[in-house]
Amino acid sequence: MQGGLRGGRLVLLIPALAFVLLLFVYPFLYGLFLSFTNATGSPTLANYGRLFLDPWELRTIWVTLWISVPATLINVALAIPFAVFMRHGMRGEKIITFFLIVPLTLGTVLLSEGMLSYMGPNGWLNQLLQAIGIVSKPVRFTHNYTGVLLSLVIQGFPFAFLMILGYVSGINPDLEKASRMLGASRLSTFARVLFPLMVPGIAICFCLNFVMAFSVFPSAMLLGEPSGPTRVIAIAAWQWAFEKFDFNTASAISMVMAAIELMVISAVLVWRNRMYRGASMVGKG
Amino acid sequence: MQTRKLTMGAVFFFLAMIVYVGNVLGILFTVILNSASKGWYHGLLPKIITGEWYAYVAGDHDIAYLLFITFLVAVVVVAVSILVAFPAAYVLSRSEFRGKGALLSLFLLPMIVPPMTYGIPLAVVLYKFHLAARVIGVILANLVPIVPFVILILMPFIEQVGVNLESAAQMLGARRWTVFRKVLIPLTLPGMLTAAILSIVKTISMFELTYLVAGAKSQTIVVALYADAYAAGARPPQAVDALAVIYFLTTMICLVIALRFVSPTQMVFKIK
Repeated sequence: MQGGLRGGRLVLLIPALAFVLLLFVYPFLYGLFLSFTNATGSPTLANYGRLFLDPWELRTIWVTLWISVPATLINVALAIPFAVFMRHGMRGEKIITFFLIVPLTLGTVLLSEGMLSYMGPNGWLNQLLQAIGIVSKPVRFTHNYTGVLLSLVIQGFPFAFLMILGYVSGINPDLEKASRMLGASRLSTFARVLFPLMVPGIAICFCLNFVMAFSVFPSAMLLGEPSGPTRVIAIAAWQWAFEKFDFNTASAISMVMAAIELMVISAVLVWRNRMYRGASMVGKG
Repeated sequence: MQTRKLTMGAVFFFLAMIVYVGNVLGILFTVILNSASKGWYHGLLPKIITGEWYAYVAGDHDIAYLLFITFLVAVVVVAVSILVAFPAAYVLSRSEFRGKGALLSLFLLPMIVPPMTYGIPLAVVLYKFHLAARVIGVILANLVPIVPFVILILMPFIEQVGVNLESAAQMLGARRWTVFRKVLIPLTLPGMLTAAILSIVKTISMFELTYLVAGAKSQTIVVALYADAYAAGARPPQAVDALAVIYFLTTMICLVIALRFVSPTQMVFKIK
């Protein structure tokens, strides 16, 4: 039964395959085709020109990177120690994971709407900060870069944490015990045993967090300044598609977005493969 | 020394968690209180509590219709996803064949690529075939990330059902279809339940894809909330928060039901 793929079984794959080809691969290829043609269907590079030759549009790439890279680094850097701390399970674990799942489930729109009041000039956060004397006048958290970054951390941290936690709790605890028994300190056990084994998980977590942050849209619209400082690439693509109804340029921007995400993912995965060879030696040798 | 180090770590851990959870609760309670208050410009708590913003929202939106569309989309997406994903998950977990790895990656791709990246080309295609701005378009768009998600959830459940059980049933004379109906389906029912519940929660809170393809009559509650929040000034902020509370309750009820059956870690992407 555990055999090769017989004709009968091939049929079972058809619905899912048709679905992924029609609703994912085809739109992507069609978008690629649109991005290299003009409205009448003749080939052109003008759509990419509209992005790369216009400083206002080109800027969106840097704006997006300037938001997404710090957000991803913060999320992953915070998630690692917390996941390591909780790796053997602990009391109250269920409650903690519940509270981490809630913001993930609610989604950006609700959180952004809530952050507008909660982090606004008269919101609870500013009242609290003033009451304990950290700041003397309200801090501006919303309608700027900070707002978008904060929303990406509030959404991205639980995602990164739960992902790394799932990965790190699968690492055989005997490896750590062995390292400790052989006289390594806690720190060097972490640095030379646990961390190298975590690298593959961290790399994927970084990638997924980055692509999420890079395609940020609702919170950049609601919590940021979509007319300038937080005009991220997704906003540019959306405006070309649904404000100017230029699907060709919008597709070109989407393709550039996908290409940048792909480049960052490949860079991280190359780095991971180089790290991983060392790590498996530590694990097995 | 060692125990002290451990408690330091614990103190730091819980402090950070309290800061995080405190802020999330702060955000949620601000929304809830604001939706039921009047003239809350400063101070810890609002002075006047009122229900008028809910009346306002009820006049502004057809809440029943919004909820109907939201659940209609979620239920149809889940049903179709399971029908499409189950056979694929079965083949992927039972057979070895050339190109299986590539096929798995192809199925995983829509889960990894963020919706905002492929959403615009997808919306363009759905508009081209006159499927967008209709409920069917919203359903089709939402299927894209959910089908791979269901495949991924179902695979380990199918792997758990021993091949021997199927062989035994076949040896005892059961036909393929009977084996499927009497052995495989009942034994993988927990997996299907898990996949269904998680997919419903995910679809209700899916903003990007629904937003890109929905029209006025086919939008879900989260898209209506975004539109209200974006057009700030068109209506009082408390009214936007009232709609936010309705969305919050819908999602939370589904989440709490979901967590009775599944573990929270199943809701994020699992790294193998």
